[in-house]
Amino acid sequence: MLNAFNLQKTFNPGTINEKVALNGATLYLEEGEFCTVIGGNGAGKSTFLNAVAGVWPVDGGKIEIDGIDVTGLPEHKRAKYLGRVFQDPMTGTAANMQIDENMALAARRGKIRGLGWGVTKSERAKYHSMLKELDLGLEDRLTAKVGLLSGGQRQALTLLMATIQKPKLLLLDEHTAALDPKTASKVLEITDMLIKEHNLTAMMVTHNMRDAINYGNRLIMMNEGRVILNISGEEKKNLTIEDLLHKFEEVSGTEFTNDTEILSK
Amino acid sequence: MGIETLIAGMPGTVAQGIIYGIMALGIYITFKLLNFADLSVDGSFATGGAVAAMVIISGHSWVLALVLAFIAGALAGFITGMLHTVFGIPDILAGILTQLALYSINLRIAKNQPNTPISVDKYNLAVSLRYKNDALITVFVIAVIIIAVMYWYFGTEMGSALRATGTNPAMAKAQGISVNVMKAFGLVISNAIVAFAGALFAQFNGNADVNMGRGAIVIGLASIIIGDVLCQALFKKKSNFALSLAFVVMGGILYYIFIAIVLWLKMPANDMKLFTAIIVAIFLAVPYLKNKANSSFSKAAKRGGKVNA
Repeated sequence: MLNAFNLQKTFNPGTINEKVALNGATLYLEEGEFCTVIGGNGAGKSTFLNAVAGVWPVDGGKIEIDGIDVTGLPEHKRAKYLGRVFQDPMTGTAANMQIDENMALAARRGKIRGLGWGVTKSERAKYHSMLKELDLGLEDRLTAKVGLLSGGQRQALTLLMATIQKPKLLLLDEHTAALDPKTASKVLEITDMLIKEHNLTAMMVTHNMRDAINYGNRLIMMNEGRVILNISGEEKKNLTIEDLLHKFEEVSGTEFTNDTEILSK
Repeated sequence: MGIETLIAGMPGTVAQGIIYGIMALGIYITFKLLNFADLSVDGSFATGGAVAAMVIISGHSWVLALVLAFIAGALAGFITGMLHTVFGIPDILAGILTQLALYSINLRIAKNQPNTPISVDKYNLAVSLRYKNDALITVFVIAVIIIAVMYWYFGTEMGSALRATGTNPAMAKAQGISVNVMKAFGLVISNAIVAFAGALFAQFNGNADVNMGRGAIVIGLASIIIGDVLCQALFKKKSNFALSLAFVVMGGILYYIFIAIVLWLKMPANDMKLFTAIIVAIFLAVPYLKNKANSSFSKAAKRGGKVNA
């Protein structure tokens, strides 16, 4: 479903702030694979997702989604293949607009937006039942402005919006990092439920190793702009945190001593 | 002068206020919905006036004058949109550049005459100060139609996409909306409405002046802010989009009534811009200061340990 080959990206080239963010990152995902992405700060996890989403053009490499070469497509044209949830709960929704309007915007992703009503009556009924499944009490607040919702509610809504039409690929960029632990696990549950329900192909960046192990059927670890570890199948199922640390040392040749971020359990 | 003169002039005052209100509806699109501080309107308001005057003088009807003014304004907005989206010029600067360029263009349109009279004695006009009551009805109907169309449009798929662009461009992109196209389009319709209002303004006052747009943005913002404060005060959270738009026009009316009173009090007309700036500053500052007064550090200090101070 995703074929990202040898991606290269350098920020601020030729300046004192030059940063090689992607240095040959390569990943192939089959349809229905749910891949968790881990790695230390600056490893290139979010950059990788942004490259796939088309936030900026890559310096080198090729990105195919479901066999379609999207390397040359700008962000808004790639959007029809992608569902996205961001780290900041404010990013994924339009605060000044109503819940139903936000969902309707997502329902028209990649379609031509004409002069038909922005939200139709039948849509509202559909959204009501979709929100009810989330069990967050949002179904009775369809016409409330999204800005009034909590961070967790906004992330749950963004998730729903990302999957309202089946995306070819769901990109989750540390979407629970800004939430309190209880809300984070609720949002993760919803994530897992939606991915299973729609049999989605997904990438989820996380700083939490336990989540990376518990969720999904594929795991990659990134370091210095590259995918350095690729685990799937039975191996993924039986994976422990100790295994992961051990493997990291094996592959990178360095010890996992001072990166406390990635160790958070 | 007695109060009777002020009251007798009221239909004209209100009509003028509604024309400003129509202009403010255009500014509302960029300022409120697109979150884009567009200063090109000072130019496009005068463009509308100049185009309308020339069309009428050349013997065509006021209908064509309004239509061509609308199109000219759309072009002006398109230029600002291109400067911003294609050439990456920041919003305020892009608007100022268009505004500056339009000053020369407006003079050219008006055949290098800074002031073009279009007397209602000689021409058939859409509105005129001479026939206050008719003018009032006409501009009222026009304002209602524009509000209705805006209410409808911003409820459509396209209008929603435009609003999403203004409130959260990152989200808009992720939903497949071309932020650049939406911004440019918003500027086009905004300036088209502003120029349309300029065309009404020129006819109403019987002349098109190359300086008539000076301060248009501030008057527009005054209308929007006065309307907003009033709407909040009267309807609190119950307000909806149509009501907000209606109150923008109401803000224009109140603004111009205020100006009429100031003029009636024999304040020098040259000080008008100063008054306008002061009104806008007050209306911008009051909600902020009110909010601050409710949650200030000095109050917190005074409350000290008391829970229910």
